[in-house]
Amino acid sequence: MSTRLETLCHNLQNVLGDHVVSLKTALGEVTLEVAAGHYLEVARTLRDHPDLRFEQLIDLTGVDYSAWGDGAWAGRRFAVACHLTSVSRNWRLRLRVFAPDDGFPVLASLVEVWNSANWYEREAFDLFGILFEGHPDLRRILTDYGFVGHPFRKDFPISGHVEMRYDPEQRRVVYQPVTIEPRENTPRIVREDSYGDVGHG
Amino acid sequence: MAEIRNYTINFGPQHPAAHGVLRLVLELDGEVIVRADPHIGLLHRGTEKLAETKTWLQTVPYLDRLDYVSMMCNEHAYCLAVEKLLGVEAPLRAQYIRVMMDEVTRILNHLLNIGTHALDIGAMTMVLYTFREREDLMDVYEAVSGARLHAAYYRPGGVYRDLPERMPQYEVNKFKNAETVRRLNEARRGSLLDFLEDFTSRFPACVDEYETLLTDNRIWKQRTVGVGVVSPERALALGFTGPMLRGSGVEWDLRKKQPYEVYDRMAFDVPVGVNGDCYDRYLVRIEEMRQANRIVRQCIDWLRQNPGPVITDNNKVAPPPREKMKAGMEELIHHFKLFTEGMHVPPGEAYAAIEHPKGEFGVYAISDGANKPYRIKLRSPGFPHLAATDEMAQGHMIADATAIIGTIDLVLGDTDR
Repeated sequence: MSTRLETLCHNLQNVLGDHVVSLKTALGEVTLEVAAGHYLEVARTLRDHPDLRFEQLIDLTGVDYSAWGDGAWAGRRFAVACHLTSVSRNWRLRLRVFAPDDGFPVLASLVEVWNSANWYEREAFDLFGILFEGHPDLRRILTDYGFVGHPFRKDFPISGHVEMRYDPEQRRVVYQPVTIEPRENTPRIVREDSYGDVGHG
Repeated sequence: MAEIRNYTINFGPQHPAAHGVLRLVLELDGEVIVRADPHIGLLHRGTEKLAETKTWLQTVPYLDRLDYVSMMCNEHAYCLAVEKLLGVEAPLRAQYIRVMMDEVTRILNHLLNIGTHALDIGAMTMVLYTFREREDLMDVYEAVSGARLHAAYYRPGGVYRDLPERMPQYEVNKFKNAETVRRLNEARRGSLLDFLEDFTSRFPACVDEYETLLTDNRIWKQRTVGVGVVSPERALALGFTGPMLRGSGVEWDLRKKQPYEVYDRMAFDVPVGVNGDCYDRYLVRIEEMRQANRIVRQCIDWLRQNPGPVITDNNKVAPPPREKMKAGMEELIHHFKLFTEGMHVPPGEAYAAIEHPKGEFGVYAISDGANKPYRIKLRSPGFPHLAATDEMAQGHMIADATAIIGTIDLVLGDTDR
């Protein structure tokens, strides 16, 4: 581990103290996990504290862990992962928070802290159905007007639920249940740990 | 007194200046924009969801279709993310090729941007000049990958094949006589590197031509100076990256600050704007093209002298050479497994970002150890830029909306994913 990342981890541990649920370094990236209750507070500290100074929210995304490792996942289902950048300190950080309720995932909104969170949170709401408390304008963003469901959830089929066609009799576009069969050319396989070990080329 | 209501108009989704299928709902007070609400998603194809159903290798061509004017840069970020998860490094020659093609892509992208931006706000001829040079670079794309747009040239572990020894040639037809064809083919006699070297020696003069047309042009300056001003603080808060951030005066370039591949061996300068308006961002892009030209030149010199492999010899990641596959049992098995089941990527998560021509393009890949990604999140630079349209356009006249969309360097394939 390079000294830069050590310094960052050290500062995070010092500043955030017991708000840290876990702090890991893997593949040269630091991942900080916090509880949903402290999420907004931690975000504000990350931006404003002189030892951290994460001025930019580069990315915010939802993740649905329900199908992880063919059902090996034991934790909460929905998470939000933010990628932060500090332009002044040249640091990167991944901030992850799990939504406490699987059936009705709600998290605090970061729009006030980083304005760029606005569309990212709309996207996470649209695709995963994660709600953000305090978001000024939580509308769908990528899917069609009047779309039903949250397509990036793992239980949403890749071909969707409805298809659209022009009906010459009604003389308008109509929606109907999908008629194509779902198919999978290459099955998804999780092998045992040592299989295909890249290191042994 | 009668109630006066603001007037709302739809800009797009079928508007030539919307750069694709952008629907911009503009709320107007007379001719002044009060609120701009971009409706995106008309080009949403669910690339990230599709990636979950494909093997790691099969996803590469989908990346080309995101930002379809800077194809190879998209692939680059994805390959870096997968390589990071695998713990595999591409051979040095492959890294140089990637850096060279990235810079070629940067020139391609900025040429399109400057040409169409000028076209949008009234300078008809610009696009004719920039597309002249784009044509040469498209030929470079075609020579290395066989495709002019959707290259699928980068692979996890390197690039698909080495640079070709010959360039595609023009042929005589009813539009081009023998004399024209001879002139066009003059630079194409040698290898790809010869052609590119010739291009890099021609290109700075071409950039001067563009500058003659635009930089001191009174109309161009009237349309861009002081339009869409973003302060450095706001640029950071809004998640700006790339020329948009540098145009506002923040010196931040991943190629310098967090160098990937061989950028730490390259000599180049990072241009920074002062006022944060459309004009400064234009100047930044012009200078970036000159710098990209310099980098391409350095890569050519290195690539000429250092032959070598261009893809990793780790056969769990990259297929073995065809001759070996035909002769050896083990190679045959590797080939078979790679193209049926695909590679297995160790469980974990990685975020790899590159300095894409438009800003920071990042790929956040999560693997659970399967032959397919568990989740891929593509961080496209255009997304936060477009989100800031509202803030940039407020208080400007309706005609400035096109200037602002142009300066964002908007490509909807990239924003909508």
